[in-house]
Amino acid sequence: MKKTLVLTAMASLMGSSAFAAGELNIFNWGNYTSPELIEKFEQTYDVKVTITDYDSNTTALTKIEAGGHGFDIVVPTHSYVPVFIEKGLLMETRPDQMENFNNMDPNWVNVDWDPGRHYTVPWQWGSTGIGVNTTVYGGNVNTSAIFLDPPAELQGKVNVVPEMADIMALAVYYVGGTDGCTDDMEILKKARDVLMNAKQHWLSMDYGTTDKLSSGEWVASVNWNGSNFRARLANPDVVYGYPIEGYPLWMDSVGVLADAKNVENAKLFQNFIMDPENAAMISAFARYSNGITGSDAYMPEDMKTAPEINPPAELAAAGKFAPACPKPVQDIHTAIWTELQK
Amino acid sequence: MARTAEQKKARDGWLLSLPALTLLILAASGPLIIIAIYAFLTAGEYSGVIWDLSFKAWFQVLFEKDIFDGTVSLADAHLTIFWRSVRLSLLTTLLTFTFGLPTAWFIATRPLKQRALWLFLITIPFWTNLLVRTFAIMEVLRVEGILNKILTGLHIIPEPLQILYTDTAVLIGMTYVYLPLMVLPLFAAIDRFDFRLIEAGYDLYAGRLTVLRRVILPIIRPGIVAGSILVFVPSLGAYVTPRVLGGGKKMMIGNFIELQFGAGRNWPLGSALALILLLIVGIALIFYVRASASENKDG
Amino acid sequence: MASKRAKIFSITTIPGFTTLAIITFLVLYAPIATLVIYSFNGGTSVAAWGGFSTKWYAVAWENSQVQEATLRSVFIATLASAIATTLATMAALGTTRRGKYKGWNFIYLLINQPIMVPEIVTAVALLIFFASIKVATGYTGLGYLIAAHSAFCIPFAYLPIRARLEGMDLTLETAAGDLYARPFTIFRRITLPLLAPGIAAGAMLAFVISLDDVIITEFVKSAGQDTLPTYMLGQLRRAATPEVNAISTALLVLTVLLLTAFFVLSRKRD
Repeated sequence: MKKTLVLTAMASLMGSSAFAAGELNIFNWGNYTSPELIEKFEQTYDVKVTITDYDSNTTALTKIEAGGHGFDIVVPTHSYVPVFIEKGLLMETRPDQMENFNNMDPNWVNVDWDPGRHYTVPWQWGSTGIGVNTTVYGGNVNTSAIFLDPPAELQGKVNVVPEMADIMALAVYYVGGTDGCTDDMEILKKARDVLMNAKQHWLSMDYGTTDKLSSGEWVASVNWNGSNFRARLANPDVVYGYPIEGYPLWMDSVGVLADAKNVENAKLFQNFIMDPENAAMISAFARYSNGITGSDAYMPEDMKTAPEINPPAELAAAGKFAPACPKPVQDIHTAIWTELQK
Repeated sequence: MARTAEQKKARDGWLLSLPALTLLILAASGPLIIIAIYAFLTAGEYSGVIWDLSFKAWFQVLFEKDIFDGTVSLADAHLTIFWRSVRLSLLTTLLTFTFGLPTAWFIATRPLKQRALWLFLITIPFWTNLLVRTFAIMEVLRVEGILNKILTGLHIIPEPLQILYTDTAVLIGMTYVYLPLMVLPLFAAIDRFDFRLIEAGYDLYAGRLTVLRRVILPIIRPGIVAGSILVFVPSLGAYVTPRVLGGGKKMMIGNFIELQFGAGRNWPLGSALALILLLIVGIALIFYVRASASENKDG
Repeated sequence: MASKRAKIFSITTIPGFTTLAIITFLVLYAPIATLVIYSFNGGTSVAAWGGFSTKWYAVAWENSQVQEATLRSVFIATLASAIATTLATMAALGTTRRGKYKGWNFIYLLINQPIMVPEIVTAVALLIFFASIKVATGYTGLGYLIAAHSAFCIPFAYLPIRARLEGMDLTLETAAGDLYARPFTIFRRITLPLLAPGIAAGAMLAFVISLDDVIITEFVKSAGQDTLPTYMLGQLRRAATPEVNAISTALLVLTVLLLTAFFVLSRKRD
């Protein structure tokens, strides 16, 4: 009796799903995959889906590059998609020829990181802006000055997420740069000075923005729009600012790995999430936009009007997609970052 | 004759250690050779390394070329980070010892049947994983957390303190996290303590402090050595606690090395830093063990 | 005079020690109490109280991903701590009380190596090494995680056992040897019982260390091998919910129940 129990437990732990008709192994960011979506996919195609989490693009890239990982699908940020493609890690699955591709928002077809969509399908996209608690600060929130030159009310109370690429881009735009990966030393020097000067006013450099903004522990923080949306639902005083000087946009994209074992199921999944109803499920869970036309109809009511999802036109224009910076620029960013956190 | 008996002893010792050494070489130390090689290669564009010999990483460890005016100077940021790690780790060791010794003593002097229970009581908080526990400590230290409520309630401080996101928070967190690593070896050492020795000490009219210093501490020295190593060395490379409780504004070596393997995309520098750390800790460990062993024999 | 005698009588008390010990226990359980309380938070956040509710237990109960991760953590920790403690006990017996020999320094360093480098370094090295084995053999099971965990748990088990062994009274073993007891009998009947507290301490440390590991696990795990810590790491950047508090509390309660049962049973047997 005991033995059988142990054996069953072991079999389930070893992840042996020899009894399922098919399998699909998804490697995605933590707390990012709608369980309803997965359940629907499993039932539709009789496939056992396993989700495994990662917490950064570099971890995902490192693990996949090393090989022997067993994943079929990965969801890197747009800036890392060309890296994956260049290293031959993604399979050319031609989503543009898939049945549901006609649902794809035309704006997202000819993108720099995957022209014509030969490799990836949008998962979700959003912006990196600033969350501010309006009970503490009532001024203009649509500026990076909130964290780079904080007004008196916010000094010593600002949090900055420890995302090197995002923060460097925000600082570069703030000092007048137009390219997030600029190698203009004048601009980079200004960006460094602004960061070094601002650091004394920061409370922390940490994640957990949704929680701490809604609880009021942080009164301002660099934040992602979907996270801010969730914070605002819990605490209506938390508003989202789009820095007019410029702010990063990003799109996490679903690609099939070159060494995937379950290629057909992975392709089915890419096609599956281009269905408006399914795409809406993704957005309803993590509160970011997807790239599928017609998914609005299936979205929860509060998403259609959310200011975090629908920026005013003049602010929308300040959002920019930046690639992963080339190595020399990256080294400068790291040097500034090290000085900042020493 | 005596020599061969000695040799046999040594050979048996090797044989007994062999399974542990094999596993360690396969799944911990052996693969580190990869890191030793990486330290002499060129950093890859997005991750990993390019197989071109380079000593740049070693130069970067100690010196920095100013990114703006190109002047070369001592890498002040690296030294700051290194010194902070050493200082916080030493303090952590000291604090865990201050609280750990009485606790281990308390457990070891309980009736035999209760001891296992008390030991479990020490470890149970650690059955929740590190991240959950660190978040819980965060709740305690928060401005509106229990600690501030108690301190203001008792009028010890006039208004709540910002403890979270400071070095103090990191120190409190590391002391908490590494406490069992001090208590358990100390307990193992005290538990075999012959309490008649203390009685003898008192019979000789030694004061309590003298007994503690001259009788108890020398005998439990192996436990102190083991506990200090287990606390000091891992706290040097601590990653989660400084990141969460320190608010990520100030790095420790662990975070700095992680940066090189992660967002910094400079594996050779990360490898070189790790090797230097390994070297320093290794030398310190040998000295420490030798010193404590020789003192043990004298006393 | 009489009172002084009374104090001297309780030779095991050292002034202030009991107080400090009790403070330590209280402080150890303060965060745990917060954790348990917040697991009954009705709100969606771990930081703001939203009324009493058991909803996160229901959420955790529904979430198979988190359940599997928890079970996997406990499974790996049990196996790894058993392996590590066994190997560490052997190594401790092999390296202590063996007279002067130059090789001991090397062995000592090798055994303690896993605690000497930050986890991320071992993690990257293991990733590259294990990945090549995974590609070559096609085996991607839990074996890699168990091997890695067992290896880095060894020093944590070894040091308390060694501390116990050092200076352990040899007379009983010698006496038994004089009475022609076989070496294995001596080990089983004398050395092992004397060593037991050290082994228990080492095993507990190893278990806890394995349960805590994040970074090495994150890099070594293959598809479908999330443990509770790596699952939580994935949540760190987005938002942690009281769900994890609920799971931790459930795990704590389960532990305490098992321990109580264990103690009651062992009492009865005596």
